[in-house]
Amino acid sequence: MALSITSTRGASPNARRRRPTEHPWTRFRIRRGGGVLLSFVLLIVITFFIVPLLPGDPAVVAAGEGATAEQIEATRAALGLEAPRGAQFVNYVGGIFTGDMGASFATGLPVSSVVLARLPFTAEIALMAIVLTLLLGVPAGTAAALLTRGGRRPGLDHAFNAATSFVFAVPNYVLATLIVYIFAVLLGWFPASGAATLSSLVLPTAAIMIGPACALARIVRREAASILEQDYVRTARGWRLSTWKITTAYVLPNLLTTTLTLSGLILAGMLGGAVVIETVFGWPGLGTGIVTAITDRDYPVIRGTILLLGIIATLLILVVDIVLALVDPRTLEAGE
Amino acid sequence: MSTASRRTLWRPAFTLGVVLMAAVVLIAVLPPIFVTGAATAITDDTALPPGRGHLLGTNDFGQDNLARVLVATRLTLVMTVCASAISVVGGLVVGVAIWLAPRTVREWCLRLLETTVAYPTLITALIIAAILLPGATTAVFALGIAGIPGFARVTANLAGRTARSEYFLTSRFLGVGSYHLAVRHMIPAMAEPLLVLATTIFSATLVEISALSFVGLGVQQPQYDLGSLLNDSLESLYTQPIEALGPAVMIVLASVAAMLIGDGLAAHADPRTARTWSPRTPEANAAASPAADDEALVRVRELAIRGGEDRRTLVKGIDLHVAPGEIVGLVGESGSGKSLTAMSVAGLLADDLDLEAAELRVGDMNMKGTPAAAQLAQEIALIYQDPGTTFNPSRTMGPQLTEVLRTHSGYSRREAREALIEALATVGIDQPELRMKQYPHQLSGGMRQRAMIAAAVVNRPQLLIADEPTTALDVTVQVEVLRIFHELRRRLGTAVLFISHDLGVVGELCDRVVVMRDGAVVEELSAAQLAAGDVADPFTAALLDAVPQIDMSRGLPEGSRS
Repeated sequence: MALSITSTRGASPNARRRRPTEHPWTRFRIRRGGGVLLSFVLLIVITFFIVPLLPGDPAVVAAGEGATAEQIEATRAALGLEAPRGAQFVNYVGGIFTGDMGASFATGLPVSSVVLARLPFTAEIALMAIVLTLLLGVPAGTAAALLTRGGRRPGLDHAFNAATSFVFAVPNYVLATLIVYIFAVLLGWFPASGAATLSSLVLPTAAIMIGPACALARIVRREAASILEQDYVRTARGWRLSTWKITTAYVLPNLLTTTLTLSGLILAGMLGGAVVIETVFGWPGLGTGIVTAITDRDYPVIRGTILLLGIIATLLILVVDIVLALVDPRTLEAGE
Repeated sequence: MSTASRRTLWRPAFTLGVVLMAAVVLIAVLPPIFVTGAATAITDDTALPPGRGHLLGTNDFGQDNLARVLVATRLTLVMTVCASAISVVGGLVVGVAIWLAPRTVREWCLRLLETTVAYPTLITALIIAAILLPGATTAVFALGIAGIPGFARVTANLAGRTARSEYFLTSRFLGVGSYHLAVRHMIPAMAEPLLVLATTIFSATLVEISALSFVGLGVQQPQYDLGSLLNDSLESLYTQPIEALGPAVMIVLASVAAMLIGDGLAAHADPRTARTWSPRTPEANAAASPAADDEALVRVRELAIRGGEDRRTLVKGIDLHVAPGEIVGLVGESGSGKSLTAMSVAGLLADDLDLEAAELRVGDMNMKGTPAAAQLAQEIALIYQDPGTTFNPSRTMGPQLTEVLRTHSGYSRREAREALIEALATVGIDQPELRMKQYPHQLSGGMRQRAMIAAAVVNRPQLLIADEPTTALDVTVQVEVLRIFHELRRRLGTAVLFISHDLGVVGELCDRVVVMRDGAVVEELSAAQLAAGDVADPFTAALLDAVPQIDMSRGLPEGSRS
């Protein structure tokens, strides 16, 4: 590392041109790779200890109600709970890599298939929602910043602030209840629950995205307003570029870093939102899955779901970081 | 507290927030004493519509919905306060501890926090709720603990900023102990932003603790809070929708109140001056009608600019002209109105400043009106001071430098590129093809400024307005940039309006110097007069005395060449 730093510093412009990105990318890979690895190790350790920490004897729960002492002992052996903790951990880690996470206490089905069957439903809502959040939040925030720059239209300024912060303050489950009441109960346009048809996707997606869209619009607006005050926008005005050109070529590209970072966080947050929203709409995703599993004390499924959600959240952060480094070379250099 | 800061705190929104929060707290404290009976007693009046006696109707067990909401508010509020307290105290301790820890530990912890924060709070809370048995106490601990990383991260970041401050370093150097440092220096310095964050945590916790109950993993029967009430109402949404109203309104009320208070505190900590907006109307006529014998390229007569809330006069009675090919210096202290004057000439004065002038023209363009963008861009070029931010950091140099050629002069992408590469070479930039592909931050300040000049002159403008173009540059680079200006005038005959606070620089370059002070022209000198120190105004004399003399004819001082 030290060597590569000195060599870059002392390099002539020609040398820099030959290997322009090698040095920061190597460092970036080490840094991010390390972080992701650490997160995975922690996730595996935490999820392993969830079961031993849980109240009650998993064997008793797994054997079902009214099981005899022999049945419980047989279950205990079958679950491998008699082995020393170290051996259990090795088994657990091995199981993760081979896809064998045990069987659901409630249904007896393999955990991996239970969890993976629910994943597409949550992914469907979350991806739809993040796309809509971006499509709504970024233009709304940018437009608000342009229209109110330098103190223009104070009325719009106040209205935008009041509306977005009020809607953001309404919890998604209250919003969901309201949406169900209006669009399913009163108007009957969309089904109130289930995932049978394409139209049943509409209400859950709407309920989960409205809050984040407002939050994103507010942040984009603040960011865009500060970009409009930047020297390079003044330069562009000096070149007499149109407002449209200034917005698309000077404001939006500089919003990208903020927007990307936020969308990663929002998308990860939607996994949490999914728990609540899926409950309202009876949506068969990971959210209802984990709630049911906790209520049923279905430990293997709890463990599997948490592990999967954790891996998704970690990968999301990693993907955002990589995309950021690709679109904005300054991120790489400012990293350390 | 001063009157001014009191005013910024007690704005209507903040006051409303406090009033709403007070109402919520009162509801939590008072009514449960009186209505617990109606809330829990199971009666035969099941599922009644709203009416006298039962404002929000009754539920399937004949319990009064309104009474239940009022009682539930207390439990929700108590749980929220306890959980928020755990998050805040825990986060504060962890955050400060991280900053007092040795460097490697600190960096690992910070990285870990970054990752944890991205993990949804509600899912962390669910995990904890799954480990402990569901119930009110579990919900409090689950959300309290789940909120710690977020608070700790902000605390650690704020602490980092404090820890790098000079007084903190001094204290540490003087051997002040860690505990004392944390309690006496770090926490007070972070108090205000952390208070704002604490209200955010409160509002988030309120929403999420109710969410936990809403999905059935928080408060368990026979206890009930707002979240579980809302969940109960969901089942009877078709038959008894009124049941959802109470808990929904109550949660929103408390959440909005916390948000208003938080926003108010944040605005108080970081007051933005409220700007008023009253744009001026440009004149309809974009063509100037100069006097027949007026040969000047730029003619300004009796320019006055007013602005601000009180419409204060910023600049008044300015008379200025620039002949074709002439280099005129505009000199004065910062705030003397020289940049406002120059921006008026460029037609780029901020829209909410009032502008009056008997005449304000560049060539045949009336700058009080709105001449065509293409003509403006081609005839007037601008160069600014370069603090490293004059170019768009997310685009390469090429597209930016060729912007005017492509947008206003009808050049194709390739023609523009070729023209600019040539121009870059003439201002002494090596490897122009490479520079076009680089980002602004990859160029040195001197190189960026030269690129800016190249982009300006490639259009062969009539007038070049340079606003402190050398101020942010090293002295040696300054001299070279000034040479480029000389060269430009010689080759292209471009007139230059050169703004500077540095009489030394201006004296070297300009044919004529206009000195400004307090928004008015103090005096006008020829280059010869300036060189001879032949000045009338004491202010100019004082400015001149403050200038270290650089004689460019003798070349650069020994050893300053790079």
